[in-house]
Amino acid sequence: MLYSEKVMEHFTNPRNVGEIPDADGVGEVGNAKCGDIMKMYLKIDNGIVTDCKFKTFGCGAAIATSSAATEMIKGQPIETVMKLTNKAVIDSLDGLPAQKLHCSVLAEQAVKAALSDYYTKNGIDPAPILGEIGECAHCAQ
Amino acid sequence: MKQIYADNAATTFVTDEILGAMMPFLTGRFGNPSSIYRLGMDALRGVEHARKQCADAIGAKPNEIYFTSGGSEADNWAIKETARRLKNESGKNHIITTNFEHHAVLHTCQALEREGFDVTYLPVDERGLITAAQVEAALTDKTAIVSIMYANNEIGTLLPIAEIGEICRNRNNKVIFHTDAVQAVGNIHIDVKSQNIDMMSVSGHKIHAPKGIGFLYCKNGINLRNFIHGGGQERGKRAGTENTAGIAALGLAMEIATRDIQAKAEKVAKMRDRLISELSKIPASCVNGDLKNRLPGNVNLSFIGVEGESLLLNMDLKGISASSGSACTSGSLDPSHVLLALGLPHEIAHGSCRITINEYNTDEEIDIIIKEVPEIISKIRSMSPLWEDFVNGKDNAQRFFKWLSPIK
Repeated sequence: MLYSEKVMEHFTNPRNVGEIPDADGVGEVGNAKCGDIMKMYLKIDNGIVTDCKFKTFGCGAAIATSSAATEMIKGQPIETVMKLTNKAVIDSLDGLPAQKLHCSVLAEQAVKAALSDYYTKNGIDPAPILGEIGECAHCAQ
Repeated sequence: MKQIYADNAATTFVTDEILGAMMPFLTGRFGNPSSIYRLGMDALRGVEHARKQCADAIGAKPNEIYFTSGGSEADNWAIKETARRLKNESGKNHIITTNFEHHAVLHTCQALEREGFDVTYLPVDERGLITAAQVEAALTDKTAIVSIMYANNEIGTLLPIAEIGEICRNRNNKVIFHTDAVQAVGNIHIDVKSQNIDMMSVSGHKIHAPKGIGFLYCKNGINLRNFIHGGGQERGKRAGTENTAGIAALGLAMEIATRDIQAKAEKVAKMRDRLISELSKIPASCVNGDLKNRLPGNVNLSFIGVEGESLLLNMDLKGISASSGSACTSGSLDPSHVLLALGLPHEIAHGSCRITINEYNTDEEIDIIIKEVPEIISKIRSMSPLWEDFVNGKDNAQRFFKWLSPIK
């Protein structure tokens, strides 16, 4: 199996690791049985994601996709953040091995789960805005 | 940075001495052993010399050694052809193996199930052992072959091969006993006669020969059926021009690996025990596999809250090569079948680390591993939500306690 240099770079120096104690939205996806859990913390001011941090239990790809996703959404308006796709995360990492694609799905879902938590906390139903945050096809097997 | 190779159960480097034994067969002695002129005969002489070296190393006769492409081919050959032959000859359609064999055996048995064979997968206990009595209880009049590994590739446990062989041999309706000795050879003294082994698979690249060469030992008197059809090589049983250089390497590797085996094993076991005793001090860890019946070079531990692949990548960043039974290293979602066979929960099995050393590793290297691994574990745990939940007792964390050392 081959990881791109960008994956290894993110794995070696992951960005935005940690927690935000007063986060406005927190999302956790995956499960320990499958071997990947991602927890994403968002700080949101005036519709902008001003800070985000993550904690991940998982393989090299899981850590790299979490790190890349936080970089891609930090400083962005919610409207942009909610459009983050796993494909964009994969592209930003110069690709992932086929058996690791589900890690990128988890990264997208972790961001959406955190946004969903933000909306819920603010009394807004997230479903019409974010749609269904599905299970990772692999994890659901 | 010093590079430390600690994955000798995966493969080993080819030593200069063994490379030196191969080279003539790639250059001056390049002839085809089937050719009649002197160049051919000279190559054949090399093959037969290596065959004797392999035979001597395991207490067999040269005509009981069949060169193959490696351990997997030898396993496939022994099990498939013996099972099919005995089914044709006497209607026997039962196979006994264990649930923690190498995939070369497990998947072969599963393929035979699809051909209509019944397979009993004996469950190992939580230490990774089975007893000869379990085998005896599973034997039926329909049993054609028993295939049980000599030593497990992941957790290094040693199975009671001689006892199992005796049970198979004493059975009225004689049962063939095969063992996959890929991990054991060169680490444990093997004598096929006194240990009652009928068939045995060996691989070269685990003992400093190159990849792509191995052999099947098949006791005289057992009708071994042809596996690869074609020319008359390997006494007509396995066609294909001999890998003369690989064979020469394997012969010498077997001779070297089985020389002074006791002294070598003691030296390696000392390093192993130091690794196990130091690394098991890491909080919330466990040692996988029995400590007593164990290969001298095998260390296998799990650390909860840590995922195996990220542990290996971090170790690699420190120059240490090791392996894991986590799902991520296999490309599936399930962690290794060996660790699950011990009854470990997925969460603990995902966090496993296998370190396999041999006589080329040094005390200094062991010191470095002992220093680096705990730091890496702390780093990974500091960013692991699973570890956070475990420490905070969330998600019924106490269900893992029975396997693990205290959190502190």
